[in-house]
Amino acid sequence: MKPEGKKRIWAEYQKEIPDDHFFYVRSCIRQTFFAGSEQYFLKILRDDLGKDVYEDPRHTTCTGIGYHGDVVPFETIQAVVARHFALATEAGYKHIAISCVTSFGIYSEILETWKHFPETLERTREDLYKATGRTFEVPETISHTSDIIYKFRDEIARKAKYNLIDIATGKPLKVVEHIGCHYSKMFPKYGVGGAEFPHVLVGMIESWGGDIIDYPERRHCCGFGFRQYLVQANRGYSLFASRKKFESMEPYRPDMIIANCPGCTMFMDRWQYTIKEIEGITYGSDERGIPVLTYEEVAGLILGYNPWELGLQYHNVQSLQLLRKMGIKADPAERFLAKDGSRLPEPANLING
Amino acid sequence: MKGTPQHVIIAGGGVAGIEAAGTLADLGYRVTLVEKGDEPGGHILQWHALFPDRRPAGEVKSYLRKRIEHRNINIITRTTVEKIRHHGGGVAVNLSGGTEEKADAVIVATGFELFDARRKEEYGYGIYDNVITSAELEEMFNRNRIVKADGTVPSRIGLIHCVGSRDEKVNNNHCSKVCCVTAVKQAIEIRKMLPSCEVFCFYMDMRMYGPYYEELYREAQEFHNVNFIRGKVSEASVNINNRLVIKVEDTLAGRPLRMELDIMVLMVGMEMAGSGMKLAEASGMKRGINRFLETTDHHYGNNLSSIKGVFYAGTCTAPMNITDTISHARAAVAETVRYLNGK
Repeated sequence: MKPEGKKRIWAEYQKEIPDDHFFYVRSCIRQTFFAGSEQYFLKILRDDLGKDVYEDPRHTTCTGIGYHGDVVPFETIQAVVARHFALATEAGYKHIAISCVTSFGIYSEILETWKHFPETLERTREDLYKATGRTFEVPETISHTSDIIYKFRDEIARKAKYNLIDIATGKPLKVVEHIGCHYSKMFPKYGVGGAEFPHVLVGMIESWGGDIIDYPERRHCCGFGFRQYLVQANRGYSLFASRKKFESMEPYRPDMIIANCPGCTMFMDRWQYTIKEIEGITYGSDERGIPVLTYEEVAGLILGYNPWELGLQYHNVQSLQLLRKMGIKADPAERFLAKDGSRLPEPANLING
Repeated sequence: MKGTPQHVIIAGGGVAGIEAAGTLADLGYRVTLVEKGDEPGGHILQWHALFPDRRPAGEVKSYLRKRIEHRNINIITRTTVEKIRHHGGGVAVNLSGGTEEKADAVIVATGFELFDARRKEEYGYGIYDNVITSAELEEMFNRNRIVKADGTVPSRIGLIHCVGSRDEKVNNNHCSKVCCVTAVKQAIEIRKMLPSCEVFCFYMDMRMYGPYYEELYREAQEFHNVNFIRGKVSEASVNINNRLVIKVEDTLAGRPLRMELDIMVLMVGMEMAGSGMKLAEASGMKRGINRFLETTDHHYGNNLSSIKGVFYAGTCTAPMNITDTISHARAAVAETVRYLNGK
């Protein structure tokens, strides 16, 4: 492997990521499955990095699931996204921070459509005005929230309480990175590092002390595709795609997977349970499963936040082994204890629980 | 020819430029051959053997060297022609050193560049150790040593056709014409040098358009056990043993295929040379949608530019093999002489 070759590609796919003043749009899935991730994105940006991030409670779903499920037409989703832009315009923000990779792909697709077919922008302006009386400015930049953590990765590293290093051996942890297809496979120029050798997560891992695993099925989709899991009969495709990736990464004995897409994080986590049930196979060292973390969760661990406040206990594959390797003291008995001492609901069938 | 010989400048000292220079010199014209490299010769200088008969490239190199050993030819190396313009009744050219040369006519023979394989990011050229180009394989033949990056001998090599050709993604719709037969030639050479090494060619179509090409293709299959799989490689990666893993759709068998390789050879296509594009831009020479120089007529004006006194020779107009390049250069000379005689 020639690192200079990757660096050359990374240099070609750099995008403008603003330094401050973000209009934040949440993810339907992440709020549900990894609520700690969104919470800690805001906390890290605001409290650790001192940035201005604005949220508008009137922000809605982008309707991406419906769009990719063929029940929401393109004209409709353009109007919905235009309404988000109108909220940003009204609040005086020009930089959109998008939490969901599906939404990020949709925003990218819409901006490219407006650029190449200006009449669609005018039509959307008209549709939005007729429906809501709102007007909007096209934002100056769109960033996925992983772009923003990437931008500040070295600042986070300077504040690190822990690193991605096995404290027992002093060796870097072995990390699999996985970007969502809609992050840069549709429009490579919108992703840090492009589509074939994306740098957005690699950059974080390297800054925080870990080693990246480049395995044969690195580019392969996790199988999340909406048409695959929404249609129950198709779910085998989804499961098989994830299994293909696990089988390919398994010989490298990864310590964890980091993903920037809500669907990828969820499915690569949950399918490990399914595969264990169907085939009796548990991946990872000592058959403890391979923890699948979001980039905010990893950033939060690096900055010394409590893993249970980050929400790691609500992943199917538990991270106890990973935390021990990093030297993070976290009492497993406190995993499902709320701050007021009450018990939180405990998921069944956890791996390495 | 009476009086002072007329002067022709040739931009580019590859096969076409050399052949044009030699032919003009034989006919009594004064020639200035401008070559951007250290010596004339062009791409063939790196080549080991030529299709279809696998003759040593040295034989043709030797022919070309002798072709320009002529008192009528002045060779300027490490120099490019930057701009061509009309001057009096003739033409003047600006050279890269800042000097100017005047002549009665110019033949543009700026040739081609090999496609930069790094642009096909999914193949990992420049990243994975054992992804090489067809030109680099030829250098291995020159050294009589086909080895992986770690110095070990490969047991399986894949040759990937159409890298940078017939590919909308890299803005090259054109066929580079010579890559298919080059792959067949190189596959045979690998099998002869390393009889225990398996060789696979992954192709879209086998375009065996020239004399004896089809015979070479049959020979590869019948006598050298080269495997041909119709399918385009979608991506390459490496496994834990640093062996390449490729994904292909075998379109004849109708199924996807994953295969491990020790070396993957990218059959890089031809693109208009950058120096030729700059020259065309500066001089107002038209280029086609494939970015090569556009001639006045595809059939009967195939050496003619739209600029008076400027003629085209060789692969600056389209991909072609050495045989066709030499014929095209001779035709360019015929057009040039016809023009000069009419002045």
